[in-house]
Amino acid sequence: MITTNPFSILSETVPAIATQSFVVVMAFLVVIGTLVDIIHKKNVKYFFENAKKAKQSAKKKLTTREKTSVAIKTVASDILTTSELGAGKRRVAHLLGMYGTLLFWFASVIMIFCYSSIDTVTPTIWPILWHVGAIMTCLGGFWFWLFLRVDVYSEAHPWYRIIQADLFVLSLLATATFGLIWSFLQSLNISGWDNLFLIFFIISNIILFGGVYWSKFAHMFYKPGAALQKNLAEADGSRDNLPPPADAPKQYGLGINREKAKHY
Amino acid sequence: MSTFVYMTRCDGCGQCVDICPSDIMHIDETIRRAKNIEPNFCWECYACVKACPNHAIDVRGYADFAPMGHSVRVRREEEKGTISWKIKFRNGTEKDFVSPITTKPWGKFIPKLAEGKKPSQEEINSQKLYLEPEGLNTKKELPTVPKDSFKKGVYY
Repeated sequence: MITTNPFSILSETVPAIATQSFVVVMAFLVVIGTLVDIIHKKNVKYFFENAKKAKQSAKKKLTTREKTSVAIKTVASDILTTSELGAGKRRVAHLLGMYGTLLFWFASVIMIFCYSSIDTVTPTIWPILWHVGAIMTCLGGFWFWLFLRVDVYSEAHPWYRIIQADLFVLSLLATATFGLIWSFLQSLNISGWDNLFLIFFIISNIILFGGVYWSKFAHMFYKPGAALQKNLAEADGSRDNLPPPADAPKQYGLGINREKAKHY
Repeated sequence: MSTFVYMTRCDGCGQCVDICPSDIMHIDETIRRAKNIEPNFCWECYACVKACPNHAIDVRGYADFAPMGHSVRVRREEEKGTISWKIKFRNGTEKDFVSPITTKPWGKFIPKLAEGKKPSQEEINSQKLYLEPEGLNTKKELPTVPKDSFKKGVYY
């Protein structure tokens, strides 16, 4: 199962062009959803206004080199390793889900556009990446969903309470889970059942990519922008009006360490 | 005044939900970020502002002077044991303060009331509160104000 390209077998019944068109439509839906979200929430306008305010209260003007250094630090720390989540389970779960999803999507696109006909041989690496990506997404996502979600962790709500904010994570989990089950049933060659899970896989994809406006999907575009703005504000001294880091006198002691946010 | 959350900085970690003594910091159901659900019940204790690891919570001033650009912000650094404050006045004056973290570990200093002695009926009828006056670190009698010293029509 893990070394088989499920889209290649699918092309026996569904023409490759239909699958490819589906991917294009999904990408289009993401663009449209994000644009509508930007217009509705006015978050890009907010970012620019904030940047303008920060520039006015900046203590020093950053050179291009300093700005580049801040941008590199943001990519390495805030984006690639999601440092804002601190050191803990939430960060591990997020990294599992994030890299799993990227692998899953990237391998899907490669297999659908380059190796979707029965005549071509898919290099083993792509199906392996697709399956590993889906498994990582499921591990990180279900860990988050069942145990680490703030609603469960700090608010003490039961894990099965579903709210609108769950649309993104649930549809993503459904996509990865149904994709894996579809691939498994396809490898068993049980007629009918694999098609049923293929339909579930398609529906969950439509909900995931079509629901950008209503879900948290677009956070993956906004968060890097917000992190860059935060780091630039620290570097130019404006710091969003925050005080500078303390020059800690020794007599202040060690304070206390932050406790887990679950004293409900 | 009440707290509000910068959504771009909040990552929904739940620290403010956990610490708010008024139980008004909660998680938004649409975007899973923190929000103050009852701003008029907020008494500006700054507990959530200091607890937020991402400096995502701020305190909104009253509408008559907030637009003039004042600001009170705080940075908590556990590894140094410090809380730093930056006060920005409306005329542009800025003042920075650093103080030690004095937060006590959860539950460590909660008095075990159930294990204490039961108050007598006389103590219940008294105007003194539980553990007064010892709880106020004094063994003296508490000061009293004679009722006839009140101005009529003002206090009652």
